[in-house]
Amino acid sequence: MEQLAHLPKTFFMADQLLVAVLLINFIMLGSSRLMFCIKAAAVQGVILGALPGFIHPFSYHITLITVLVIVGKGFVIPTMIGKAVRDVQIKREFEPFLGYIPALILGAAFTAAAFVFSERLPLAPEHQNLLFVPASFSTLITGFLILTTRRKAISQVIGYLVLENGIFIFGMLLSEAMPVLVEAGVLLDLLVGVFVMAIVINHISREFSSTDTSRLRTLKEE
Amino acid sequence: MTTTLIHCLLVILMPPLLLGVITKTKAAFAGRKGAPFFQVYYDLFKLLQKDAVYSETTTWVFKAGPVITLSATVIAAMLVPLGNHSAPVSFSGDMLLFAYLLALTRFFTTIAALDTGSSFEGMGAAREVTYSCLAEPALFFALITLARISGKLSLTSMLTFSSPSTWAGAITILLSVSLFIVLLAENCRIPFDDPNTHLELTMVHEVMVLDHSGPAFGYILYAAAMKLFLFGAIFLNIALPFRTGNAFADWLIFIVGILALAVAVGVTESVMARLRLTQIPLLLITAIVFSAFSTILIFR
Repeated sequence: MEQLAHLPKTFFMADQLLVAVLLINFIMLGSSRLMFCIKAAAVQGVILGALPGFIHPFSYHITLITVLVIVGKGFVIPTMIGKAVRDVQIKREFEPFLGYIPALILGAAFTAAAFVFSERLPLAPEHQNLLFVPASFSTLITGFLILTTRRKAISQVIGYLVLENGIFIFGMLLSEAMPVLVEAGVLLDLLVGVFVMAIVINHISREFSSTDTSRLRTLKEE
Repeated sequence: MTTTLIHCLLVILMPPLLLGVITKTKAAFAGRKGAPFFQVYYDLFKLLQKDAVYSETTTWVFKAGPVITLSATVIAAMLVPLGNHSAPVSFSGDMLLFAYLLALTRFFTTIAALDTGSSFEGMGAAREVTYSCLAEPALFFALITLARISGKLSLTSMLTFSSPSTWAGAITILLSVSLFIVLLAENCRIPFDDPNTHLELTMVHEVMVLDHSGPAFGYILYAAAMKLFLFGAIFLNIALPFRTGNAFADWLIFIVGILALAVAVGVTESVMARLRLTQIPLLLITAIVFSAFSTILIFR
């Protein structure tokens, strides 16, 4: 840690927040309740939104990213997925392809591997000892794990969201060099939104051969 | 000298009070008056005056179990620093002795349970061993992290060491969560085991000691309370790394802290139900992941 002495204090704060991000990954891997996973993803989104402020000097561009990410990842998308969960009435993920304990152990193993791997990457010296790169790989792989091991489409969307959070963490280091890339990353969230809508519409059309939600209500009342 | 004396007094006198505080907290949550704080002392006193009954199928192992359990726990108690004060006995590598003294108590509780030949107690023993082999890695990863932070291998210097490490915040949280889960698991508290039930198929620790009676059961009860006290002391040293420097104030902080911990355990037991058996490994693996993660953080 001594070699980090030249970095500003806020970088350490950012690192502590990244630890929280990694913990949320583990929580999501081990939890079967969908609403809980969605809330965890929302908290992760808010933390990610706060991060750029810690590592970059103040600018309108950074403020814009922060606001967009917190609103998008922290509120809009979780609300949408939450609504989708309520609409299709799934409370929890039953029988994933891979059990929770193996998934959790795999996640931990991949996190350790991410730390080892990022030690060997030829990173810029100012990024060398920070948690950003390992956290990004670990979050990415957690996303993959959720995406591939869960059966329910909604869990897979959550997995995609986590995967995309991992990409965002990586992009954060570049946001001064390549601002467009980071904003494109924010745009990926839109894709999640489309996924969710597709799921809702799909489920409804499969069960009732109609995409009209008002008819769904009348069916239930009878 | 004074430190050693206070250490011994606390270790010997205080553990049953923790059980009393936990019971009282649970009673308060349930809206009852509850047993008095000192009920466990009365129970112990009563048990020690009774005669023991031994089944004819048991051997010396059954009689040795409670004695070894209590004595090993007392020796382990001499290794754990309370608050900011160093333990009476401390040498490099005593963290392994501590962990394996507790493993020894578990081993003898288990084989004493198996010695009765009851299938019921064998089931409890099997569960106890299963949980403990998952709780042990969590404890050891935590100990490795502490050893790495302090650069020492004895419990006293590991636990009373405070450095303004860059990772202090994150590692404190990780280890606190992990060790609280380990504390609940090791002491058979509620998400893992219900200490109040004596006749249910779900219980773990209580089923193993069903055949013990009189003083032997008193020893087991006392050793269990002391184990809770020891894990509480380790947990407090990590979760509350405040050092005042004033010896008296440190003792006071420790005593208040450990009573607060007992209340926290009582609250946990009141708001949670016992987990399904299949979910318990998940919780313990979460504890392992938390500790292992802190180890990764400190080693990179």
